[in-house]
Amino acid sequence: MPVKVIIPTPLRAYAGKQESVELQAGTVGEALTALTGRFGELRKHLYADDGRLRSFVNVYVNDEDIRYLQKDQTQVREGDTISIVPSIAGGASR
Amino acid sequence: MSGATLKIAEELIRRIEAHGAETFPHECCGALLGRDGDSGREVCELLPLANRREDSPRNRFELTPEDVRLAEKTARDKQLGLLGWYHSHPNAPARPSEFDREHAWPWYSYIIVSVQSGEPKEMTSWRLRDDRAGYDPEGIETASRCSAKP
Repeated sequence: MPVKVIIPTPLRAYAGKQESVELQAGTVGEALTALTGRFGELRKHLYADDGRLRSFVNVYVNDEDIRYLQKDQTQVREGDTISIVPSIAGGASR
Repeated sequence: MSGATLKIAEELIRRIEAHGAETFPHECCGALLGRDGDSGREVCELLPLANRREDSPRNRFELTPEDVRLAEKTARDKQLGLLGWYHSHPNAPARPSEFDREHAWPWYSYIIVSVQSGEPKEMTSWRLRDDRAGYDPEGIETASRCSAKP
């Protein structure tokens, strides 16, 4: 079913400069697979080398963090909005 | 991204420095709100945020996704964009660390202010390269302050 994925500003350059992308998916995992299938350049910014989502990539369905739902198995319904939200971290070495 | 420049008013530079001095010896952090267009990238507003990293705030900072969503909403409400982030390096140079690089996002501007013994010193700005292998420096150009929606 069609769902909307909101692309955060820093990743729009890798997603055809679009703010959002409409995709067919039944789960969050399917939506992200379809997204990175369409825009391959997104993959290295969303996934670590081991194939798992980077720890500072957060995914929400509507206003719910998928870590508190069924993670990438979280089901989506027509009209749901999936948001990719960065965590921000850093700091001096030592 | 080589040759990129970030315009920012002197007043906002002083506020980032003051934030770094205030939280010393811990790292400070906040969001850069402004405009990015054909005429370049300019910071119009700052959104100081709390460092969520409680175990090692002297050499790490962290913001939650809720902080990021707040920064995005604050920018939207002011008809601005979320351009990037600032943070301090207490008693360390204003250079991105390997930890910074691992956690950085492309496109954003990352301002770093070095705070030595409580005194703000050098300030630099950086953008992550597309391949995530490193950063390109971004020039900081002082400019008159751009206006946001009141």
